[in-house]
Amino acid sequence: MINLRPKKEFKLPIIAERINPSVFEGKTCDKIADLKLWEGNKPKKLGELFKIEDTKMKNKSETTAIVIHGDLGKVRRIGAGMESGEITIYGNVGMHLGEEMKNGQITVHGNVDGWAGSMMKSGTIEIHGNVGDYLGAPYRGSSEGMHGGKITVYGNVGNEAGAHMRKGVIKIYGSAGQFTGFRMRNGIIYVQKDCGGRTGACITGGTTVVGGVLESVLPTFTIESIKKKAKIEEGEIVETPFYLFLGDLAEDGKGKLYVAKEKNPHLSYYEKFI
Amino acid sequence: MQLLIKNGFVYDPLNAVKGEKTDIAIKNGKIVEEVNEHKAKVIDASGMIVMPGGVDIHSHIAGSKVNSGRLLRPEDHFKDFEPKTPVTRSGVGYSIPSTFTTGYRYARMGYTTVMDPAMAPLEAKHTHEEFNDIPMIDKASYPLLGDWWFVLEYLREGKIEECARYVAWMIASTKGYAIKLVNPGGLEAWGFGHNVINLDDQVPYFCITPREIIRGLCKVNKLLNLPHTIHVHTNNLGKPGNYVTALETMKCVEDLAEENRPAIHITHCQFCAFKGDDWRTFESGAESIAKYVNNHSHVTLDMGQVIFTDTTTMTADGPFQFTLYELSGNKWINHDVETETSGGIVPFHYRRKSYVHALQWSIGLELALLIKNPWKIYVSTDHPNAGPFIAYPKIVAWLMSRKARERTLKKINPRARSRSLLTSIDRELDFYEIATMTRAGQAKALGLKNKGHLGIGADADVSIYSINPETTDPSRKYKTVRRAFKRAACTVKDGEVVVKQGEILRHVKGATLWLDVQTSEPVKVTEEMKRRFSEYWTVEYENYPVTEHYIEVSRPIAVKADV
Repeated sequence: MINLRPKKEFKLPIIAERINPSVFEGKTCDKIADLKLWEGNKPKKLGELFKIEDTKMKNKSETTAIVIHGDLGKVRRIGAGMESGEITIYGNVGMHLGEEMKNGQITVHGNVDGWAGSMMKSGTIEIHGNVGDYLGAPYRGSSEGMHGGKITVYGNVGNEAGAHMRKGVIKIYGSAGQFTGFRMRNGIIYVQKDCGGRTGACITGGTTVVGGVLESVLPTFTIESIKKKAKIEEGEIVETPFYLFLGDLAEDGKGKLYVAKEKNPHLSYYEKFI
Repeated sequence: MQLLIKNGFVYDPLNAVKGEKTDIAIKNGKIVEEVNEHKAKVIDASGMIVMPGGVDIHSHIAGSKVNSGRLLRPEDHFKDFEPKTPVTRSGVGYSIPSTFTTGYRYARMGYTTVMDPAMAPLEAKHTHEEFNDIPMIDKASYPLLGDWWFVLEYLREGKIEECARYVAWMIASTKGYAIKLVNPGGLEAWGFGHNVINLDDQVPYFCITPREIIRGLCKVNKLLNLPHTIHVHTNNLGKPGNYVTALETMKCVEDLAEENRPAIHITHCQFCAFKGDDWRTFESGAESIAKYVNNHSHVTLDMGQVIFTDTTTMTADGPFQFTLYELSGNKWINHDVETETSGGIVPFHYRRKSYVHALQWSIGLELALLIKNPWKIYVSTDHPNAGPFIAYPKIVAWLMSRKARERTLKKINPRARSRSLLTSIDRELDFYEIATMTRAGQAKALGLKNKGHLGIGADADVSIYSINPETTDPSRKYKTVRRAFKRAACTVKDGEVVVKQGEILRHVKGATLWLDVQTSEPVKVTEEMKRRFSEYWTVEYENYPVTEHYIEVSRPIAVKADV
């Protein structure tokens, strides 16, 4: 297990895609210290910015694990493209955490900035804190959203979570911002609490479940029925009545939008259209 | 500065040099008879191929549409970037690289002259600003004139000479190089939400047909003695069954051709060689086109070869881009350039497993292989419409090796494979033919007297590729060929070595070529014309022309017109 601690308080953005179990694998501490990172526009060595300790593992077969303590609010692209292993972070993390990750696990005990799990293919990300905008969304302009994997957030999330999503699960146990699941094609997004406006805009498939208040449903959605429960994934079913909307009709879409009935009495006028 | 390239196998089709071991002497940026061997810098090219610098007749590298494409596609920059080095500047972009990167990437492949084929006259200043920033290569641009209101009105009234004067004025005002027609008549119709389907459809409100526009501008081209022919993107492009339109277009100027001189260039011909009634019955029309071109000498073509990749389509053909937007559902830019032309941009992904895309890939190669004379068809991808220009080495490998084609054939859609004519074509081109299709033929078609050859007095643009034609069989070793053409062993631009082993050695400015068309009497700027400018254009007449000081390295080519 590799332990990293920042040597100083970072003032400039650090681009750190090399903090990655796939890169660390099989390397000694000295070699890890030699890995290149960028601090602002200057190339730096990992050892110059972080204190590195190797804690011997009891079980050798365990995959490479990285534990980071400290404030990484300026550190971007941690675990980008990782293929295996584990990263655990005690502190806040900057943008692009686990971007395009292919497998493995990232756990954060702190807040995370935008684009966490952007374009991820597989693996899991667990965040015990709040998350910025574009959770699991693709890079600007791209329509290659999340292709698989699972993101769980125990705090609140910013705007455009799960934009262009194609597969996988995003579970948010707090509330979410506007445009949740924008242009989603498939997969599932669960927001346990409230959701901002325009949820499900331009979706063509997939499922979005809102357990809290949703101010209004887009006019391009049509009500289908009232369901007794909604299934999030294997072993997780929310048993409360939901309004089921279909849309987005502006895109000829067949996406499903579940909105909790009890929390949203202002949507009851839809019932007459069932 | 003197330079001597020794012992290379020289392929110089314009001077009929066919792989002979010759030395090339360079002095002051020109090819000369001989230089002092002790004073000159010697490049040992033994075991390598020496060719004139590459010439690209059709590649969208600059201008407002290219820049709009860059704005539309940040994700295209994200996946491909080049950091700065002590010599080069940084840049981004895969299908629409930024200006510096465009220049570097061309130079790395041994290309030294590139033509941007679509400049909306109103956006000419923008195009030239980008040209100033594209290093390493000489470049020029063709103004879009096929749907300009002045042209349509004069041609309708049959005033060819008057029209020619205005075209000359426009070429001078935009510092352009040739007359470009895109979907003649169709772009104007698109302004009213329509299109023209065949050559005899009327353009709304102008009472003129595409046939009259093509013939008219072909005559204008001849009157002005322009070095290149009219450069035509046919009507009905990108639709099944359009090979008939392409044939009609070629036929309609048959009688205007002077003996053995081309009168029309049909660009990215792959896109207008589609047979069939709809996408389901879609088939290759390459055979019919090749048959016609083999029997006639007034046509030149370029391939527009499809590359299986994610790219960006951009043309002035607004209605075609709308069709593409509907087909793909991707994001789309649509633009109407006042009285002149239109434009559209749609990102597009060509996939091996798609029947249509795979057959399109096949059509491009079929055309190049079925047309017997390499002086009539040139390598292009219509960058970035069918693929980025960095894929040229792949095309070279496909053309030179049946094995390379078969390898790709194995991977494509099986239905497309069974319909492809490629399985029955054995032809494999040699280096001489490749040199013709990638530089000599293009330079000849463009009328560039100092480019595309290594004769005495030519511009010293030379590329050297590390491949030995004596020991390498390109048919089997196609990967070696591809690698060699991807990274030139050496590129010489204006007598300076600018690339070595695929690395840029120095950043040099390329020139902007433009035609200084001299008519016997200049166009009279009448009050009527000024009135129209103030009424129809957002730009006043006084601010419209691009003056010469706008161009950093200006290289005008004087042309004496017959009017």
